[in-house]
Amino acid sequence: METENLARALAEHPFCKDMRPDDIEFLSGCAKNARFAEGEFLAREGDAADTLLLLRKGNVALEVHVPGRGDRQLETVGPGEVLGWSALFPPHTWHLDLRALTPCLVFAIDGVCLRKKVEGDHSFGYLVTRLLLMRVHARLERARLAQLDLLAAENS
Amino acid sequence: MSVAAQLAMLPRSMRVRRFIRENHDTFTLELDPGEPFVFRPGQFNMLHVPGVGESAISISGDAAKPEVLVHTIREVGDVTRHLGRLRPGDELGVRGPFGVGWPVERALGQDLVIVAGGIGLAPLRPVLYYALKHTRVIRNVFLAYGARSPKDMLFAKDLKRFQRRGLNVAATVDRWGEGWTGRIGVVTKLLENMPYEPRSTIAMVCGPEVMIRFTARVLEQVGMQSSDIWVTLERNMKCGVGTCGHCQLGSVLLCRDGPVVPYPKAAPLLNVREL
Repeated sequence: METENLARALAEHPFCKDMRPDDIEFLSGCAKNARFAEGEFLAREGDAADTLLLLRKGNVALEVHVPGRGDRQLETVGPGEVLGWSALFPPHTWHLDLRALTPCLVFAIDGVCLRKKVEGDHSFGYLVTRLLLMRVHARLERARLAQLDLLAAENS
Repeated sequence: MSVAAQLAMLPRSMRVRRFIRENHDTFTLELDPGEPFVFRPGQFNMLHVPGVGESAISISGDAAKPEVLVHTIREVGDVTRHLGRLRPGDELGVRGPFGVGWPVERALGQDLVIVAGGIGLAPLRPVLYYALKHTRVIRNVFLAYGARSPKDMLFAKDLKRFQRRGLNVAATVDRWGEGWTGRIGVVTKLLENMPYEPRSTIAMVCGPEVMIRFTARVLEQVGMQSSDIWVTLERNMKCGVGTCGHCQLGSVLLCRDGPVVPYPKAAPLLNVREL
């Protein structure tokens, strides 16, 4: 019963927008809901990345600790975001800190479970990889744009 | 040169009514035009500082209030630095208005997406004023505004007011700064969660040219027609009437045929190196 409800809820998430109902059902077998309080870390750099997070509610800061300069926020993200691609790719380690800026509700997709399904069903695996690749592509575009620092005074 | 073009070369003297410091390098001048100054959102004037030079500056005020002429200016060169020293009662020369404005009427009955980077918010503020007066006939108005850092943000009070009055305002900074609790990331990120209807939306984009290209790409990816995206192109404007050729970009004289152009016209020009 809970799986069925979870599948219905998952279908509402932008990551699952292009998935067929049976793919969502399949994915929901690895998913559970998780909540994080404001200020709580969803993940810490260096920890094992064993969960793919689909953000449902709340805002999250992507941070990196710079020695001598403290924690630096690289980006903030909101509902609809997908975090924790490292759960699918070796060495399965978080490369950033993820801190809840507001109370957060996420779908936590178990990484081991997801990897088994992706490897075991290549059609499903292709779909998940393609959807993740689109997310990675969008993030890469944003990173490039940020790197150009276009809004610096000398460029305007 | 036609008589009209010759007349357009003569600066009108105007007095500064008010000086507003917007942030560390940007200020707004409110000028007394003497008589009503009629313009379209997106048009610009040549501001003339005697003995120093002229600079093309977009009009950042409300087109429905022609009794005051408003310019928001970033201090980046000699002329703008001199403009920044003006105070109420001081005089300067004004030629204009020049150029083609934003096609604001096209937003009626549609969603309107406004994307601004840095000082690019200034030429779009007249569009926001227009949108405020037409909230019943423009379906939804979304503003995505990106500044480099919190200290570079423009028109913070206006943005809050626009939000209170029904516009959907989202702001972000590229880099975190002390006290900032808002979004961090580039302006294109803001577009991801805006619930506009791509097939019946008009977008107006102003900022650095690379930002325009990235923004247009994001808008097209969600299904917007390229012809519904309008952008501004900036080049070295001199005469303002398409005579001198300083602002030529390809076959376009931006002071006369722009600075606002449809993206299909801008895209090939943006991709040409060294143009």
